[in-house]
Amino acid sequence: MLKEKLLELREQAFEHISSADGLKALQEVHVRFLGKKGPITEVLKGMGKLSAEERPVIGQLANDVRKMIATKIEEKRTYLENKLLETKLESEKVDVTLPGRKSETGNHHLLGSIIREVEDLFIGLGFSIEEGPEVEQDYYNFEALNLPKDHPARDMQDSFYITDDLLMRTHTSPVQAHTLEKHKGVGPVKVICPGKVYRRDNDDATHSHQFMQIEGLYVDHNVRLSDLKGILTVFAKHMFGADREIRLRPSFFPFTEPSVEMDISCFRCGGHGCSVCKGTGWIEILGAGMVHPNVLRMSGFDPSEYTGFAFGMGPERIAMLKYGIEDIRNFYTDDIRFLKQFNRA
Amino acid sequence: MLVSYKWLKEYVDLSGVTPEQLADKITNAGIEVEHINYPGEGLKGIVIGEVLTCEPHPDSDHLHVCQVNLGSETVQIVCGAPNVAAGQKVPVATNGARIAGNVKIRRSKFRGVESNGMLCALSELGVDKALAPYEDGIYVFDDEVPVGEDALPYLNLDDAILDLDILVNSAHCMNMIGVAYEVSAILDRPVQIKEPVVEETDQETAEKVRITVDAEDKVPYYSARMMTGIKILPSPRWMQLRLIAAGVRPISNVVDISNYVMLEYGQPLHTFDYDKFGSNHVSVRFAGDNEELTTLDGKKRALNAHDLLITNGHKGVALAGVMGGQNTEVSASTESVLLEAAVFDPMTIRKTAARLSLRSDASSRYEKGIDRNRVARAADRAAELLTKFAHARVLKGIVEKGKRTVPEHKITMPWQKINQVLGSDLTCEQITGTLKRLNFSVTGEGEIMHVSVPARRFDVTIPEDLVEEVGRIFGYNHILATLPEGTSSHAALTPYQKMRRRVELLMESIGLSQVYTYSLTTKENASSYAVETRDTAPTQVIWPMSEEHGALRQSIVPQLLNVVQYHLNRQMPNVKFYEIGKVFLPVSGDPRPAEEEHLAGIITGKRTERNWEGESTDVDFFSAKGMVETLFDALAVSDQIDYQPSKREGMHPGQTADILFNGRVIGYVGALHPKVQANHGLNETYVFEIAIESLLRHGEPAIDYHILPRFPSTTRDIALVVKRTVAASDLNRVIKENGSPLLKSVRLFDVYEGDHVADDEKSMAFSLVYFDPERTLTDDEVNAIHEKIVSACAEQFGAELRG
Repeated sequence: MLKEKLLELREQAFEHISSADGLKALQEVHVRFLGKKGPITEVLKGMGKLSAEERPVIGQLANDVRKMIATKIEEKRTYLENKLLETKLESEKVDVTLPGRKSETGNHHLLGSIIREVEDLFIGLGFSIEEGPEVEQDYYNFEALNLPKDHPARDMQDSFYITDDLLMRTHTSPVQAHTLEKHKGVGPVKVICPGKVYRRDNDDATHSHQFMQIEGLYVDHNVRLSDLKGILTVFAKHMFGADREIRLRPSFFPFTEPSVEMDISCFRCGGHGCSVCKGTGWIEILGAGMVHPNVLRMSGFDPSEYTGFAFGMGPERIAMLKYGIEDIRNFYTDDIRFLKQFNRA
Repeated sequence: MLVSYKWLKEYVDLSGVTPEQLADKITNAGIEVEHINYPGEGLKGIVIGEVLTCEPHPDSDHLHVCQVNLGSETVQIVCGAPNVAAGQKVPVATNGARIAGNVKIRRSKFRGVESNGMLCALSELGVDKALAPYEDGIYVFDDEVPVGEDALPYLNLDDAILDLDILVNSAHCMNMIGVAYEVSAILDRPVQIKEPVVEETDQETAEKVRITVDAEDKVPYYSARMMTGIKILPSPRWMQLRLIAAGVRPISNVVDISNYVMLEYGQPLHTFDYDKFGSNHVSVRFAGDNEELTTLDGKKRALNAHDLLITNGHKGVALAGVMGGQNTEVSASTESVLLEAAVFDPMTIRKTAARLSLRSDASSRYEKGIDRNRVARAADRAAELLTKFAHARVLKGIVEKGKRTVPEHKITMPWQKINQVLGSDLTCEQITGTLKRLNFSVTGEGEIMHVSVPARRFDVTIPEDLVEEVGRIFGYNHILATLPEGTSSHAALTPYQKMRRRVELLMESIGLSQVYTYSLTTKENASSYAVETRDTAPTQVIWPMSEEHGALRQSIVPQLLNVVQYHLNRQMPNVKFYEIGKVFLPVSGDPRPAEEEHLAGIITGKRTERNWEGESTDVDFFSAKGMVETLFDALAVSDQIDYQPSKREGMHPGQTADILFNGRVIGYVGALHPKVQANHGLNETYVFEIAIESLLRHGEPAIDYHILPRFPSTTRDIALVVKRTVAASDLNRVIKENGSPLLKSVRLFDVYEGDHVADDEKSMAFSLVYFDPERTLTDDEVNAIHEKIVSACAEQFGAELRG
């Protein structure tokens, strides 16, 4: 009798479990069949009336039924929980193609990036970075660079004078003179000097009354023009690509002797001739030379013991060539649509 | 300097070297050939024709009908030139020819008369009208030319003109002989220059001319030659064509010869009409302060005591080395000529030419320097040509003051120095050989070489100049690239440079874009928005190019306003910028301003752009302030920074704070004054500027490591009701002072004004964190401190705990 009852309870429980449609209903099934006042407990309570032979058999059966129901309930619970989670996840679904919340960042100015790149390259080559005043004494801007007061080359550099003796520096070369003086005649001096310079020009597509310059100076025993060529080759390859070749052409600057212009093989056409290099295969990049003995002497270095090279370049020119920028004023108009294009520069 | 390839061939053998190759070689040896001009480019079918007959056109009052012999045939050509006449030999554009401007000449009819070509003026063959002589009609050959042949070679229209960019150190190439020496060295071919031969009469020049020089140091040499019997005529065709090639307009034989010799020898010459000279005394002196001279161009020039003047002993007749005077100008009636060949001080000439804005071919040569040893030879060359082409009779001898020649400059140096400086490996023979190619004489004594430099190369004075000469002629492309072998050195950014880069990165990471603006601004803007206003006037430049760039900025902010305005005008209202750059602060009693590096920022428009989630928010005072606070946190100086309300010109009086670093004002942050915004057409805009140099000078902040806490901290919130006038920073300070040392942090998280708080009061809620690294704090301990804080706030600000 009891046996049939247990089996029937089991069937009933299974039916309820399978029809329970939620965790709450399932919990009710659990209480109803497995609770302290549930029918199985009732069956077990009535075991006292059974014979000694029947008692363990029914007892075992009751426990089995109980376990079977519990297991079934657990299975159903897991099932329901997963189902619930699935529903929840489904409801949390977003359009992953919607834009995220970005942090807006600013841009580094292209000129700043070029200067930084040149600085980092030369730091790696053992050059320190020196800076100097933008309002400069005539002596440091001209005289100490072998440009005495009446030198005709001063024509080339019409300047913003503040007094007869003070002016907006026309190049970063005066930093050379300051740096040499600081070293009191003892080398090596190995610096690059980036900064703003000023010329009395009207602003147009190719002229700016204010622009950037980077000057380099290396003074030591036995510095040779071939070393200048080597350092400039490293520079050209770094800035314009590993395939670049350089050539030095004689030129004239009052503060160097010999003086040279450095051309690089055209990075657009590789030297075959195109519009960037005006068909020559070469692009003029910077001026350089061996430091003039007068410059060394005036800054306290003995030219019979020391030689050196110096070079000067314009970051605007480098940027304009490299990216085909048509108007130098772009660098100072600071149009964000211009600046943004060079965020990765 | 325009160099005719055909003319140059007279001095150096150019066979096998095309104009392009020559230009390349000259450029690579140091003088840039800017371009090559081919004057005959595009011309076709131009031959020499002979006008056999020339009859008036039956239906025209100015046209003529000519029968023209073209060698192989005779054709009829209608010509409108007023100077056409029978017997002339002229350039003819034949049927099918192309003349200048790619114009094709075709058989056509003029008022019913057939014409088979065109008789040409030089300008119709591409010669610049300003240079072409006799432009009142067609060009007429004045000498024997073969009829029927291609006319171009006879007009030097088969030439190539190289345009050389002459820098200060290449003045020796401002004449054809100088270029010839240069090209001879480059090509390693000899140079051939004919010495002039002068036939003199028996009459002594000294009878007609005497010279006195007052300023001998400025006039090292002055010479005069005399010619009589001159006939003013056109100069010969070959000379005219060479002048045209060099960009000089032919005028008459005397003027042309003096220009021609200047182009050939580099020696400026001047010809006076002797009969107008007014005396036989050439007196060279400085002008008086009130003296005047009317120069050849018809302009009256006011002179001063720095101008060298050629006089006849009484009045000026020429501005030395710059331009002649009108009173002694050579004209069609000139019969006697006094020829001046002199040396003047470059600087004196330069100053006069610059002051009078009167740069002439002569002055530019004197300024850059001339061959000291070619002066008398140039005068001889002119005398030779005047004899040939102006019927001149040259008087005997030269009257002169000063030294006619100077010794050659000697440089003594070890020949190996050239290898040492170039990093090359040349033999002694290669080095001396290269110098000899330049026509320098070299002698050697073992390690030492003695180089004698001709006077035409006055730019070569020191051993380094010889290094350059060898380097450029030998070719820098033959020098290997090496890396320096000297002392190895270590380099790094200075602490300041490193920190400045960090500030740049930080500004960009919080959304500001870097800009560069101009240091020079208007006088009015120069001192506005300065962090520190000074009584001294802003630093100004003496000759600004424009008002826009007349004074040095004391603040970056005005320039940033312009940048924002620019963007607003182009529909970009939401922008954020920063700049790090120098400002120039005037110093009382010193014309030199103090230079300080500042950081300035500007923000306007939306803080966050409107997106799909909803509305955007605008930037405000606290956006700007948050940026500077972020900066100070990064620099680890926040503890030393205070903010004080401040009133500044151009700033919102209620939304501007001075920034104090250890009690000293180093900057400000705030809203622009609404009036400024209106004037500039700006939206609400916020700016800051900080004298960042003082913050970065110490380099990287020291790092003070603390072991991680092993005990929990206790957090308590506190809401205080105070008068609205109480500043948050004051309350913050009192809380901190009274919570020390266990109170580790104070954070304001709510400010409330409105219901349940009196009209003149506000509630401020702070979150306080207490912590002891050694143990866990008990509630009683924390309560005690907390109460102390509350009562201090009550005492100092009348603060009440909000219930």
